[in-house]
Amino acid sequence: MAAGVAAWLPFARAAAIGWMPVANCPMPLAPADKNKRQDELIVLNVSGRRFQTWRTTLERYPDTLLGSTEKEFFFNEDTKEYFFDRDPEVFRCVLNFYRTGKLHYPRYECISAYDDELAFYGILPEIIGDCCYEEYKDRKRENAERLMDDNDSENNQESMPSLSFRQTMWRAFENPHTSTLALVFYYVTGFFIAVSVITNVVETVPCGTVPGSKELPCGERYSVAFFCLDTACVMIFTVEYLLRLFAAPSRYRFIRSVMSIIDVVAIMPYYIGLVMTNNEDVSGAFVTLRVFRVFRIFKFSRHSQGLRILGYTLKSCASELGFLLFSLTMAIIIFATVMFYAEKGSSASKFTSIPASFWYTIVTMTTLGYGDMVPKTIAGKIFGSICSLSGVLVIALPVPVIVSNFSRIYHQNQRADKRRAQKKARLARIRVAKTGSSNAYLHSKRNGLLNEALELMGTPEEEHMGKTTSLIESQHHHLLHCLEKTTGLSYLVDDPLLSVRTSTIKNHEFIDEQMFEQNCMESSMQNYPSTRSPSLSSHPGLMTTCCSRRSKKTTHLPNSNLPATRLRSMQELSTIHIQGSEQPSLTTSRSSLNLKADDGLRPNCKTSQITTAIISIPTPPALTPEGEGRPPPASPGSNTNIPAIASNVVKVSAL
Amino acid sequence: MATVRHRPEALELLEAQSKFTKKELQILYRGFKNPWPLSLRECPSGVVNEDTFKEIYSQFFPQGDSTTYAHFLFNAFDTDHNGAVSFEDFIKGLSILLRGTVQEKLNWAFNLYDINKDGYITKEEMLDIMKAIYDMMGKCTYPVLKEDAPRQHVETFFQKMDKNKDGVVTIDEFIESCQKDENIMRSMQLFENVI
Repeated sequence: MAAGVAAWLPFARAAAIGWMPVANCPMPLAPADKNKRQDELIVLNVSGRRFQTWRTTLERYPDTLLGSTEKEFFFNEDTKEYFFDRDPEVFRCVLNFYRTGKLHYPRYECISAYDDELAFYGILPEIIGDCCYEEYKDRKRENAERLMDDNDSENNQESMPSLSFRQTMWRAFENPHTSTLALVFYYVTGFFIAVSVITNVVETVPCGTVPGSKELPCGERYSVAFFCLDTACVMIFTVEYLLRLFAAPSRYRFIRSVMSIIDVVAIMPYYIGLVMTNNEDVSGAFVTLRVFRVFRIFKFSRHSQGLRILGYTLKSCASELGFLLFSLTMAIIIFATVMFYAEKGSSASKFTSIPASFWYTIVTMTTLGYGDMVPKTIAGKIFGSICSLSGVLVIALPVPVIVSNFSRIYHQNQRADKRRAQKKARLARIRVAKTGSSNAYLHSKRNGLLNEALELMGTPEEEHMGKTTSLIESQHHHLLHCLEKTTGLSYLVDDPLLSVRTSTIKNHEFIDEQMFEQNCMESSMQNYPSTRSPSLSSHPGLMTTCCSRRSKKTTHLPNSNLPATRLRSMQELSTIHIQGSEQPSLTTSRSSLNLKADDGLRPNCKTSQITTAIISIPTPPALTPEGEGRPPPASPGSNTNIPAIASNVVKVSAL
Repeated sequence: MATVRHRPEALELLEAQSKFTKKELQILYRGFKNPWPLSLRECPSGVVNEDTFKEIYSQFFPQGDSTTYAHFLFNAFDTDHNGAVSFEDFIKGLSILLRGTVQEKLNWAFNLYDINKDGYITKEEMLDIMKAIYDMMGKCTYPVLKEDAPRQHVETFFQKMDKNKDGVVTIDEFIESCQKDENIMRSMQLFENVI
């Protein structure tokens, strides 16, 4: 029973009284309505815009968010309303769905935003009403294509970890831009295709006379030279074809593809000619075969995207082309017949038969009008003019369809290319912005540390050194700091202002900062566009070393006679280090949280290596009591922090 | 049908005429005006026609064929026989069914059974009604529906109701017989507090 018909249930139950007198046995007891709630108004506050509706309206669809008890999670006790921090425009459509039972898709809305909202409210997009479903599906398809294009381009930029030689070769053939060798190969084959085509053309040009014989075409005069050229081209094409065949992931599919058929057809005549040179009978057929050499020009379609689009358009417009052909044929037959019978009477008429009139009809309908056949009778002229007028119409009708198809596909391709180019620029801009914000964080952190250090030094007048940050910024920075502490990792400070002293302590964990930065840069350049989880999973070995390293870190005990600020940070450090050592398995997820939370902080550095760099700041002697006051480390063999403190270095940590 | 717009009587008037409170009338009108999720061909023009009744019943009794019973029901509600049930008719009917006295309810039931509204229930009329009720059950019943079950049922009914054995049941016979039957009297009270 549909949920909404419940509104009519009282009516149905009341009408059941009609059965009572005819019943032979007593009726069952009616179910008691225990908590009979009067229908009440519910206030839904969506980002400040208040919607009101009856409770029963929402309960019509009990498997959605609003219809079930899930909405209680959003109930605001103080204002006695349900608050949703979502888009009020889309909510209008959602609420109308409850009211009318039809879900509409507003055309001005972005498709992915709309999908997100529907997913949030637990509504399946399939129930969009017929009036809007087509539009929704079209936009969804467009979006999916766009995403696929993006994914494809992303995948292409990814450096796959291990491709076999065969796969590299295939990729080189398909995308010449992947490596210089592929590009060279691409241009060489293009050049040879051009050479071959030009050779075929020039072969037939008359080349001047040899005294004593008639004018010869160049092909026969310099036959040896042309033969060598032809051989060279065919060898290149053969080698290319064999290489492609070898590299193809699915040889069977490759053999069946159009391009490979063109390749075969282009080189076959030469081989057949080699085999059959001495046989006079079939030399005529052999000459015909040479015609197929012109198919080499189709090999250019690998080099030109426009050609490919044209071919694809023609393929997709096959039905329109078929209709064009069919209607033309009909018209030709009709007019040819009419003209034949009209001109039958006139003497010396060229319209000797209906098939002979076909030529006239075609020439007239396409408005060519060669004039080799013209009607002489009046009737013939009348019908001839009708023929030429209608020809224009019949040809003009399907052509716009084909043209629009071509235009659509062409623009789609252009869009894909444009998007790819724009994406690069866009990502670069985003990267710059993010490093800017991360630098801001690091600046403030450094300033914060400096402040702390200077506080300890007891120079209050320098406390306000550094930029003043807004509350939001400071909260954000605090958050980043917490994250650092949580993971035991830290963001790399690359400011040359802070001098980096490599460890004076013999500790295998510390590496030179510049070296590390280099490594970081390389890995980040490679991994940046890809999704992060693969990069995580691809370095499991490193992760375990990270974990093991982190577990070695000491746990600082909070009871020491440190100033309050220092104590707090130490506590943070200690708690986080405890976390780090106890739960190494969670570091993967935490690091991934790390990655997701802070895009701009060169996240991929974290996954590859975890080390600590020492950034030395002139520290006050006040720190040394801290070092002394600390009891010996809990886990043996880990002298990371105490030596660090002992050498008057503030461990900022890093990765 | 949909172009004819019908506005119901004032709320106070309806409240006076029926035994519903204002709030109940409001709830009922909301459902009446917008019989979601049924097709909105008829409403919200303010009247309900027979197709809506049929559709509603088919939603409630999906296994069987409730069109015939819905047809009879429509005729019972449509007291002025103009082919459409307005909100007043609807409320009048519901008021009797849910808040009326037993006498009124029995009257209404008699009106339902009396298809041609001539004051007598004949065996043929009763058979039609019975078949309609059995049709609502559908085919998949246990025990399997026998062909002559409705007829048997009609016979039982007439034996009970038809006092003077003249082959028809009048309103007085009907009410008298029902009042004597305990089960029927009890079941009349069943749907007291549906709203």
